[in-house]
Amino acid sequence: MVVRAEDLLQKIQKEQEDKLQSIQVSKNIEVDVDCGNLLACDTNSMDTQRLRSEKEVYLKTLAREGAQLLFNEIWKLPIERIQEAVIAKLPPPTTVLPREKPVPKPKQPTKWEEYAKLKGIRKLKKGRMVWDDESKSWKPRWGYKRANDDTKEWVLEVPRNADPNEDQFEKKMKEKKERIAKNDLQRLRNIARRTGKKVPGVGQTAVAQENKSKTELESAFHVAKQATASLGRFQETLREEKNVKKRGQKRKFEAVTQKSNTEKERQLNILNQMYKKQPQLNITKAVNKEVQDGEVRKPKAGKRKPAKSTKAVKGGKRPKRGKR
Amino acid sequence: MRPLTEEETKIMFEKLAKYIGEGIKDLIDRPDGAYCFRLHKERVYYVAEDIMLKATNVCRENLICLGVCFGKFTKTRKFRLHVTALDYLAPYAKFKVWVKPSAEQTFLYGNHIMKAGLGRITDNTPKYQGVVVYSMADVPLGFGVAAKSTSECRKADPMTIIAFHQADVGEYLRNENNLT
Repeated sequence: MVVRAEDLLQKIQKEQEDKLQSIQVSKNIEVDVDCGNLLACDTNSMDTQRLRSEKEVYLKTLAREGAQLLFNEIWKLPIERIQEAVIAKLPPPTTVLPREKPVPKPKQPTKWEEYAKLKGIRKLKKGRMVWDDESKSWKPRWGYKRANDDTKEWVLEVPRNADPNEDQFEKKMKEKKERIAKNDLQRLRNIARRTGKKVPGVGQTAVAQENKSKTELESAFHVAKQATASLGRFQETLREEKNVKKRGQKRKFEAVTQKSNTEKERQLNILNQMYKKQPQLNITKAVNKEVQDGEVRKPKAGKRKPAKSTKAVKGGKRPKRGKR
Repeated sequence: MRPLTEEETKIMFEKLAKYIGEGIKDLIDRPDGAYCFRLHKERVYYVAEDIMLKATNVCRENLICLGVCFGKFTKTRKFRLHVTALDYLAPYAKFKVWVKPSAEQTFLYGNHIMKAGLGRITDNTPKYQGVVVYSMADVPLGFGVAAKSTSECRKADPMTIIAFHQADVGEYLRNENNLT
């Protein structure tokens, strides 16, 4: 069979054109392509007649055309081939997407930040590691195993005007602890300021009044009650208030092992007092009584008698008939 | 284990004084060595000091008992004597009650002493005085409280209670678990 070369040429040309047609898409208005977001935006109007008559086919062709245009653009980008996978490097996206969450509000500056801004104090960037001369090595500026750790000193100078019996190490530790406590309080205050809660005072936590538990309220009440010039001595007791004379007192006991005679003497003393059955004089209590009555005499007015002076405190009730 | 506080010492001494009066002094101030009172798990123990020192090596949870248990403090901080203290109460007892052999058993079973079972009683025993109970052979059996004074005892009829039972040696069998 003889084939004419012209026909063959035409046939090949037509085949190639068909192939090209599958790539080329013509649109009235050019489609916006944003390669960074892998987004193609078709702004052409829809063919409503075709949409009604053959909906699925029409939508599919529209989608194919869009995708085709997008891929045409992608193929124009610089392309690499890594292990049989073709990779295109996408440019930064041009379409601005709205964010999911609202923009965070700027944090309210702390008291210090406010002050620093007012005075123009700027924070200097300091490196994390510092050269430690003693150990000849780089160590962190703060925290565990820090450089130039002043709490690890084995000897401390006693200042000239200081009490020689004062423990300088203990003093230093105490000061450090106080600084930490102060900082913590300021942190809590800043939080309270930021959240619009009441700024806490010393001794109470930053819990709002209505959220306080019964025990918290009770302890706060007793702190408040004792916070008078007389340490709450003249405060009236409420009707249903519990008797909390010894609140906050710690029990203290003698050591288990003592010098042999001290304990014996103490017990014999107690025995003697028991046998005497005489009212004991509690000196501190008596003095307090005097002070309260306003009957502390000045040295000049020596004539006046100490009217019903020391109200004696009897040593314990006598028990009646005994259970054993 | 710890020494008693002043208040606890006083409570305990007041209880002991009902039975042995001034005899407490002899318990504290002994010629044959140093003895002391120690509180452990709300119980008061009377211990020789060297034993107490050794017991300090035992941790609180593991220490069951040391020396002689005199009694315990109740939750309302009253002091209750235990029978184990009898060995120290008996020699110093000021007021005694002797029980007839026929009534020994009922007393050892935890009953009060009736007039019928009363063998002897110390003269001038006041009412509600702590007494130590002996058998007629002078073996200490327990202790209690006089329900009647000596003079009242004479007129009392056989079924009246003369002494209230508080503790008896029968508890060593009946109440073995709680005596440490």
